[in-house]
Amino acid sequence: MDFNTDHFSLFELPTRFRLDSTLLDQRYLEMQSRVHPDRFSRAGDAERRLSLQWATRVNEAYQTLKKPLSRARYLLHLSEHDVGSENNVLMPADFLIEQMEWREAVAEARAAGEHHELEHLHHRLQHDIAQRYDELAALIDESHDLEQAADRVRRLMFIEKLLVELDEAMIACEE
Amino acid sequence: MALLQIAEPGESTAPHEHRLAVGIDLGTTNSLVATVRSGLAVVLRDQLGRPLLPSVVRYCADGSSEVGYEAQAQQALDPRNTIGSVKRFMGRGIADIANREAMPYVFQDAPGMLRLQTVAGVKSPVEVSADILRALRLRAEAALGGPLVGAVITVPAYFDEAQRQATKDAAKLAGLPVLRLLNEPTAAAIAYGLDNAAEGVYAVYDLGGGTFDISILRLSRGIFEVLATGGDSALGGDDFDHRIFCWIIEAADLKPLSVEDASMLLARAREAKEYLTVHGAAPISARLSSGERVELQLTTAIFAEISQTLVAKTIQPVKKALRDAALSVSDIKGVVMVGGATRMAQVQRAVGEFFRQDPLNNLDPDKVVAIGAATQANLLAGNRAAGDDWLLLDVIPLSLGLETMGGLVEKIIPRNSTIPTARAQEFTTFRDGQTALAIHVVQGERELVSDCRSLARFELRGIPPMVAGSARIRVAFQVDADGLLAVSAREQGSGVEASIVVKPSYGLSDDEIAGMLKDSMAHVKDDAQRRALKESQVDAQRLLEAVRAALAADSELLAAEELARVEKDIVKLESAALADNRRQIMLAMDDLEASTKDFAARRMDKSIRRAFAGRNINELDVDSTASTTGETA
Repeated sequence: MDFNTDHFSLFELPTRFRLDSTLLDQRYLEMQSRVHPDRFSRAGDAERRLSLQWATRVNEAYQTLKKPLSRARYLLHLSEHDVGSENNVLMPADFLIEQMEWREAVAEARAAGEHHELEHLHHRLQHDIAQRYDELAALIDESHDLEQAADRVRRLMFIEKLLVELDEAMIACEE
Repeated sequence: MALLQIAEPGESTAPHEHRLAVGIDLGTTNSLVATVRSGLAVVLRDQLGRPLLPSVVRYCADGSSEVGYEAQAQQALDPRNTIGSVKRFMGRGIADIANREAMPYVFQDAPGMLRLQTVAGVKSPVEVSADILRALRLRAEAALGGPLVGAVITVPAYFDEAQRQATKDAAKLAGLPVLRLLNEPTAAAIAYGLDNAAEGVYAVYDLGGGTFDISILRLSRGIFEVLATGGDSALGGDDFDHRIFCWIIEAADLKPLSVEDASMLLARAREAKEYLTVHGAAPISARLSSGERVELQLTTAIFAEISQTLVAKTIQPVKKALRDAALSVSDIKGVVMVGGATRMAQVQRAVGEFFRQDPLNNLDPDKVVAIGAATQANLLAGNRAAGDDWLLLDVIPLSLGLETMGGLVEKIIPRNSTIPTARAQEFTTFRDGQTALAIHVVQGERELVSDCRSLARFELRGIPPMVAGSARIRVAFQVDADGLLAVSAREQGSGVEASIVVKPSYGLSDDEIAGMLKDSMAHVKDDAQRRALKESQVDAQRLLEAVRAALAADSELLAAEELARVEKDIVKLESAALADNRRQIMLAMDDLEASTKDFAARRMDKSIRRAFAGRNINELDVDSTASTTGETA
């Protein structure tokens, strides 16, 4: 097993967006139960160092593949379609306006303490996100249109951030 | 799975002695010590057969101290010098302590951590905790008949670095080698999970004397995976006592109290709380020093009402932890209740309502943490037996980050990341010709540095002068399986580097610890050199044992000449370990480490390959998807 192999090969999973998450979980736990430092608590320094490196590596790979957004970004990165960082992407105006409307709706509901409205927005947004990931999966796994996929990923980066804001608003509302 | 269990890595195949290791629950109100004997985790009792040690230390004018029940008995008579609930002060400054006006202690401010004035001098919370740990160590050594190789000490999951470091310092002061600091709810989950062969997602609701933790864990085939953890490190049973105390003052319309009266009423409040766990109402009867009598009746209904906000305060972190784990209430298979304070009826009710199921109370909430810690200690000490095939994957409770421009925090490792973990991020210079960069490591969830805990500061110097924004400085964080953080910074163009292993800057300094150690050693007349020699001999034995076990399992991975070299180095270390020369032992250890370095790497490769081989066998047996995998195993 090559330490520098890509995350998919590490878990012997096909390099694609759609992923069997149960299988990923299972392989992650199998790997970790082999390499984790607690398995080497009485071993020599060299073995312990290696174990730390491997366990760190396995955790990183798992975290990257587990969440759909980071998995998509990683897939694009592997095929040299880096999407850039959150802060320096240019997005079409209609998308940005839509985003601003969402944010205003969240801020208003939060200020008014309308928990039900926040829950409603949350539900809508999750539905929207699920659809976008379906579209993204088709672009990556079937039509192999990575340019388009990178564009969709950039949009999802905005929207996932919005979801975090919405989560925080809901917590703030309950407190 | 049986195929996978032949010669686990790190498991000694040679028969060896049982190493004495203990688990310690260093609680706010009570502490316990447990160990694994003949495969069974048991709490060690004192000479009178009592499992608990009240976490109370009394300092006397002659410099001596009393710990436990003895000290507790004097608490009302000598409140100033009898320190209880010291855990609340660990790694904390005066400003952090709520309700301190109701406490009888004379606090003293000190950089980083408060101090307590007693007749025996000024005491740091670390020293008080060390006295408790020392009493537990002596109890364990007496029961087990020898010195301990180490202890797993539990801490609230929500403890930050300062509180964890203070706990480690206390152990060091008490002469206890720390195998690991283990989060209390995780320890409870281990005890519960192994006892019940549980599978699925569980929540552990841990309300102790002074801290509250919630952890969400996934239990799957002997692996305990912490998915999220949260809590409040300043909320516990003590706060419920304080609510009753305030209610007594209000209901009896009392004037400002003397320290002794306050202490006595607080004790009555605690008794009433405990009484209410089995009765519908508790009589409260007290006579103040003025002669005034207090006669009241506290009902469960009143108690529930006055403590309502405290109970609600525990539910918020539960919701947050569920969100962090991306789970909902319906995903939770069981809720394990831990900590004496979960005996309160209103707590049981609130938890049951929130999770829409009856909480699990089949383990003694006082002992379950120590039992779990003992189990982990046994494993880390290398006493793992075949079949003891379980593993813990833990997380960091709080985000780790760096200070950036304008006093803002850039999070590098988010909370609830599984450890060990590493993350790197690139930064740049903001002034032309800037040759140094100050790096400030912080911990916490807030956006402003001033709202987070400062962990460490260091500087990267010698950056070649460049235009602002063109230097590429990569700052890397590594957290190991013990939760220990190391930070390094490197300018990519020039290769200049700086790094630090994080020890919180506001705890006790190494000098202070050394000073306290010297003080505590003065009584026992210990020879530092002898200790160091003894330690290196123990290290040598550990290394020899590890290498012998590795050879027994995998010697075919070595070429004949490599094997010969390793064997030569083994003999050299064996003879060095018998002599009394520490330097020679260290040199021989270095040699053996060097000659087995490649061997270790090959063994790791083999082990990983075997993980796949084992899996493919399993899948052929039970899983029809086997055809899609295993091409490159």
